[in-house]
Amino acid sequence: MDPFLLRKLNTERTARRAVIHLTDLGDGRDRVIREGDPVAGPLGDALANAFRSGKSGLVEAEERSFFLNVHLPPARIFVIGAVHISQALAKMAVVAGFDITIIDPRTAFATEERFAGIDLVADWPEDVLEKRPLDAYTALVAVTHDPKIDDLPLSRALATGCFYVGALGSRKTHARRVERLAALGHGEAEIARISAPIGLDIGAASPAEIAVAILADIIAHLRRRPLRGAAS
Amino acid sequence: MELDETLDPLTIAERWMDDGRMVALATVVETWGSAPRPVGSHLVIDGEGRFHGSVSGGCVEGAVIGEAMEVIGDGEPRMLEFGVADETAWRVGLSCGGRIRVYVERVG
Repeated sequence: MDPFLLRKLNTERTARRAVIHLTDLGDGRDRVIREGDPVAGPLGDALANAFRSGKSGLVEAEERSFFLNVHLPPARIFVIGAVHISQALAKMAVVAGFDITIIDPRTAFATEERFAGIDLVADWPEDVLEKRPLDAYTALVAVTHDPKIDDLPLSRALATGCFYVGALGSRKTHARRVERLAALGHGEAEIARISAPIGLDIGAASPAEIAVAILADIIAHLRRRPLRGAAS
Repeated sequence: MELDETLDPLTIAERWMDDGRMVALATVVETWGSAPRPVGSHLVIDGEGRFHGSVSGGCVEGAVIGEAMEVIGDGEPRMLEFGVADETAWRVGLSCGGRIRVYVERVG
């Protein structure tokens, strides 16, 4: 393995960019392919498939044998709103193996006491997302009901293509939200990607039960996400 | 979970390289049956046989480390195969019944 490639691989992984380490098993030569890098022919098709499935493996192409080691960024959850549901969701997400960050500018909600040991940022989503941008491997959960806080991150999440976008609120609240997002230039199909009412329909009543519904919904979107680039 | 840089074999490999150590990287490239570690798993080995990560549940690491020392010596990558069908099954094999192929290469 080329030492330069090892550095490149680690830089990309740390920056949460999807990469494949491609090794020709015949002569040992290797390359690092970033998602979107053009590679022609059957090998290019195999690389595209591997980026979608996330599965590493052997590929025979052009009469050579290649090993594709796929490195997709680990899935994480950004929650807008340090509310009661978020307290339960934060604990459950950690158990399920997700990294989770809670963002809320309202310092009465975003307190260390309510979120001990959780990555909590008491600041406006606009400022937080500037420093920590959303990506396709991030789930965005908006639960404040307050358009001033929720709308911008929801809009960003749709534009970025977050694998999950969920928003809490009654059908009436959501109908008004749909109008505001349309006014921001989001199309109907894009807005329809929002899970609202949020979470799987399991009849959840308490904040903790709603957190279960949301987490299950996130997992369903992660594991059953459509192949990227496929017609949608 | 986020990349844990204290446990991530590829990060360790880079750090060891920066320390001037000779480094080999072993990677699971194929598995059959119940293999303990998935395809893509890494074991990183230095010139003195120190290692980090895993390619099995500890069943074949000893053999891989031995081969890795050779790879560090001559720079030639090797493909290793382990499984219960192997005659060395009880010495160096996978007690779980699976089979794995491991690619070992020198970094640099």
